[in-house]
Amino acid sequence: MSDLIAGETLALIHDAGVLANERVSDGVYRLILYAPDIVRAARPGQFVHLKLSHSTDPLLRRPFGIYGADLAAGTLEILYQVVGRGTKLLAGDRLGPVLSVLGPLGRGFTVPAPAAPVAVVAGGLGIAPLCFLLDELGAAGQDGVLFQGARTSDLILAGERVARTGFDRKTATDDGSAGFHGSVVELAAGELRRGRFSYVYAAGPALMLKALCKVMREAGVEGEVSLEQRMGCGVGACMCCSAAVHGYPRKYARVCADGPVFPAGEVVWE
Amino acid sequence: MKPDLAVEIAGIRMQNPVTTASGTFGYGFEYAKYVDLSRLGALTVKTITFDPRDGNPPPRIAETPSGMLNAVGLENPGVDRFITDVLPGLEELGIPVVVSIAGNTVEEYAALAERLDPAGGISAVEVNISCPNVKAGGIAFGTVPEMAAEVVKAVKAGFSRPVIAKLTPNVTDIRSIALAVAGAGADAISLINTLLGMSIDWRSRKPLLANVFGGLSGPAVKPVALRCVWQVFEAVSLPIIGMGGISSGADALEFILAGARAIAVGTANIVNPTAVTGVLDELEALLVQQGVRNVNELVGAAHR
Repeated sequence: MSDLIAGETLALIHDAGVLANERVSDGVYRLILYAPDIVRAARPGQFVHLKLSHSTDPLLRRPFGIYGADLAAGTLEILYQVVGRGTKLLAGDRLGPVLSVLGPLGRGFTVPAPAAPVAVVAGGLGIAPLCFLLDELGAAGQDGVLFQGARTSDLILAGERVARTGFDRKTATDDGSAGFHGSVVELAAGELRRGRFSYVYAAGPALMLKALCKVMREAGVEGEVSLEQRMGCGVGACMCCSAAVHGYPRKYARVCADGPVFPAGEVVWE
Repeated sequence: MKPDLAVEIAGIRMQNPVTTASGTFGYGFEYAKYVDLSRLGALTVKTITFDPRDGNPPPRIAETPSGMLNAVGLENPGVDRFITDVLPGLEELGIPVVVSIAGNTVEEYAALAERLDPAGGISAVEVNISCPNVKAGGIAFGTVPEMAAEVVKAVKAGFSRPVIAKLTPNVTDIRSIALAVAGAGADAISLINTLLGMSIDWRSRKPLLANVFGGLSGPAVKPVALRCVWQVFEAVSLPIIGMGGISSGADALEFILAGARAIAVGTANIVNPTAVTGVLDELEALLVQQGVRNVNELVGAAHR
């Protein structure tokens, strides 16, 4: 019955105090929650499922990748962009002092990496879970390069966090306002094809991940990607957050419980 | 004084009236670390079909005002893997297990009933008749009284324990469907399944669900569900399992007063993994506050 059951066993449901919820860039906020039990269990690439109001509207929780987990302080950090009703509410004045947090959920990145040096490829807000990964890779003594792309320079986020990890960073913007003028996949492709890296981690928009997986396949380099999907329960029961991935009993895997991190070569891009 | 919460549905003894709505609680295991499953009145599992099903392509879910649409498409491992891999674990819970079944032909429902009948650990089957009948041009079985009756008869013929018919609200007159399944030998009725709906992403100018249509559930549907329970209670004498937007003890009590002997928590599980025992605790507290000794006293009481 193994594949019918959600994998990890440490998830909890908690009311977590909101310690900070501050704007860090245009439409981007950093939320800090006091959730020591969740912090203790959290691994890079996992997510938390937040209920944003006590009302029935909006009804569903929203998944957020874990940006940082500070064991000493017991704090959990989320980096988010205002894109819809839920995140608008989260960034608004009417957010309560306490949020219901379900997590940590899902299967995260493999740490330490099976091989180094690593390429960490971030698109937009994909940097959030990858920062937590960089913390842990750094602690494991592994090195590599962060390739970070965004629409524009204001959205090349988390500069200080990245600097603290000691990873080199190369940036790309769609509008050329910072770093390489073009996509982060184009930026990373050359070095990937030359065999500079032994393993790849990535998070970002689906189209970016799809392009990256193509480059990785051509370059013969393995790695892991974090997928996003509209989500229901977060615990592997409702079967709403499906993604086509090889290696499961049926066509679709559950992003919430089987992922959100999957082997790059197993994802079926449609 | 602790109220007596035990109820009986078609001979199935439940320690309390609270079960889970099919499809919102997986096979139970997914929630085992959040909820003491042995506290439930019964566990109703996600719909099983004869063959494994991949389900619909994503996106399968869309949020709506106080509700959600889903178009999972009955993804499941098929009846054989259900029996070998899932059922043994459910038997250990020590509570009644209700297995929801669906098919696209009457023969498929009959084959499911026959395959499940010798399997241990199943208290009842719940017949999900909201599926399209491929031999009748895709019209849902549950929307035509004769077709609904035919499915229930076929399942009754192959399954020796109680058969619960789960009604769809997407009909002109739900009483006519209730009368038809009662006439076909159903032992109990559960209602409601989801309401057919859709959502459009105005930015992309496309339907939000890959399947275009999906089933609406959650607090938004509660008044419709309550009305259906009320009507069916007046139309037939079979025990009713009521569901549709129940997320509190007060919601549960409303359904009981409308005529439900048991109730199911559905979409609330998706929002909050401890919802089902939360509803149970609240219901018990309300009965204590109201001085109700036995929950059965309130079944259908709003009609009197």
